[in-house]
Amino acid sequence: MRDRTLLRVEGLELHYQTRQGAVHAVDGVSFDLHRQEALVVLGESGCGKSSLAKALMRLLPRNVHHTAGRVTLDGVDVTALPDERFRREVQWSRLALVMQASMNALNPVVRVGEQVAEPLRVLRGWPRGKALARAAEVFELVGVSTDFLARYPFELSGGMRQRAVLAMALVAEPALVILDEPTSALDVLTQASIMNALKRVKRELGTSFILITHDVATSSELGDRVALMYAGQLVEVADAERFFTEPAHPYSRMLMASVPRLRQRARPEAIPGEPPSLAAPPGGCRYAERCPYRFARCAQDPPAFRLGERHRARCWLHADDAPAGGGA
Amino acid sequence: MTSSPAHGADDQAPLIAARDLHTWFELRQWGFLRVGAVRAVDGVEFALAPGEAVAFVGESGCGKSTLARTLLGLHRPTRGEVRFAGRSLGELQGRALKAYRAEVGYVQQDPYGALPPFLDVRRILAEPLIVHGVRDRAERERRIRAALEEVRLSPAEAFLNQFPHMLSGGQQQRVVIARALILAPRLLIADEPVSMLDASVRVEILELLRHIQRERGLTLAFITHDLSTVRHYAERIFVMYAGRVVESAPVDDLLDHPQHPYTQALLAAIADPDAANATRLREVPAGEPPSLLHPPAACRFHPRCPHFMAGLCDVEDPPDFSPRRDHRSACWLHR
Repeated sequence: MRDRTLLRVEGLELHYQTRQGAVHAVDGVSFDLHRQEALVVLGESGCGKSSLAKALMRLLPRNVHHTAGRVTLDGVDVTALPDERFRREVQWSRLALVMQASMNALNPVVRVGEQVAEPLRVLRGWPRGKALARAAEVFELVGVSTDFLARYPFELSGGMRQRAVLAMALVAEPALVILDEPTSALDVLTQASIMNALKRVKRELGTSFILITHDVATSSELGDRVALMYAGQLVEVADAERFFTEPAHPYSRMLMASVPRLRQRARPEAIPGEPPSLAAPPGGCRYAERCPYRFARCAQDPPAFRLGERHRARCWLHADDAPAGGGA
Repeated sequence: MTSSPAHGADDQAPLIAARDLHTWFELRQWGFLRVGAVRAVDGVEFALAPGEAVAFVGESGCGKSTLARTLLGLHRPTRGEVRFAGRSLGELQGRALKAYRAEVGYVQQDPYGALPPFLDVRRILAEPLIVHGVRDRAERERRIRAALEEVRLSPAEAFLNQFPHMLSGGQQQRVVIARALILAPRLLIADEPVSMLDASVRVEILELLRHIQRERGLTLAFITHDLSTVRHYAERIFVMYAGRVVESAPVDDLLDHPQHPYTQALLAAIADPDAANATRLREVPAGEPPSLLHPPAACRFHPRCPHFMAGLCDVEDPPDFSPRRDHRSACWLHR
């Protein structure tokens, strides 16, 4: 039997060079992902979640000045692959990315079907007819009528274009698809139907997903697992069930309490303060400044404490000798 | 069970009211051939009492932002009128129109786009005062500081010389709110004030708006696409679809007992954080919001409606019914 683990990320770092100095966008991120599992990377803007996606896809902007860590996909250390092999063997065929607002990145003068079929023709050398036939199948799966294959992007609504981009990512049947805010520019009803399409794809193709989002409610629509990111680090990684009912990290709890809910009368509570700058992150726990539970030890960087089989939280409250009262 | 002339507050003289309001944008080909009109606001009626906080909710393209701009006097209605404190906006000209602009504050969606990048906070807040003739520099400074304190950018000195890019998104939005309030308006229109902000900051801004609204007794019209953010920040909700108000009611009644099929669909599509969401599909009505250039005949929602009744919904416009106390819904199901 194959190993259950599809992706293992260990100590991933990505620092940018800017005029203000080095920005630690991804700063020591580790997690693993099982086959057919969906992991949500949840975080507020500027926490480094999109940089994490770029680092995994090796789509790095030019001002990157430091990368470190190891990414193992299907037992193969892809960080060790030279760029050319990574591009040919991993990118798109085994690991695809749907970027934020990518529905606006479709080529306006090429029919949508051709664009969706392109990965098969380029990566696998399939003839046009065969690739288009496969594109039509994927179109149906994501809920676009095959009539749209011969249309141009401007003839499609935003929701339809987003589905077309999703089809493009899925057409070569990658094992893992990274979705960076796939629905944040769309309307409520369109959002819900795209999440429905993703759930169907997950069930029918067995694709694994990493869903990157700032929206807590959206994250619960797909995630089997949740990784909460704050200031370049994962502060908690847990099963969705656990995360949404009994989160362990103070930031997780406060974030959950700040979400306005449709079906609850409880008033949401804002989190005071602002996230730290990634150019000069504070020493010690990065959340300490906003944390009501902080104590002397928070001046040191907390390790990721293991709280359960696949549950970790980066908070001193979970140290064995922590003061009572604050722990989960 | 009859249709009523206006949505809402009848017992008190309204501060602002819309009657039979239509704002259409004419489309022309080669600059002169009329080829149709985009019916962005297409027959909207409501009346807001002084001191009332309401939310207009709808998806993009439902006409909610055009409605906001029509209320601000930036678009001239194609038909119908907006009355503010008993006077029709159409009658206002010159000085009276300028005075109206001081009575209405506007908070835009994208705070960064709403603030001029080369002006510091002091200058941004001084601008409306200068335009409206506050000549005394000390008086301006006093009002600028008071406005900053009111939006909790405190101490004011720390922010006066900052430029917009030096502020976080939440702080920028506070400056926008301070600017909207500095002329002491009686009505505040906030168009998606938090949709560009992070989850943890949203609640702060909404709380701030609600607090100021109560303290000052302002009328607040809050425009949003997100029904989950309205419960604690408005008293009444108007749900818009394709240029019309399809349902209106007090907040709790609307969220707990939605009557119109569109509102029901909208509520069903919104998730609250819950791990069980991942294993069930949401019910979403088929199709997309209609084109405002060629909206469907009669009820605008009928092509997508699960309760569609042929020969009625596609033939005759549904009037406003009152299926519950203080609750209006434009749907033939209530007949």
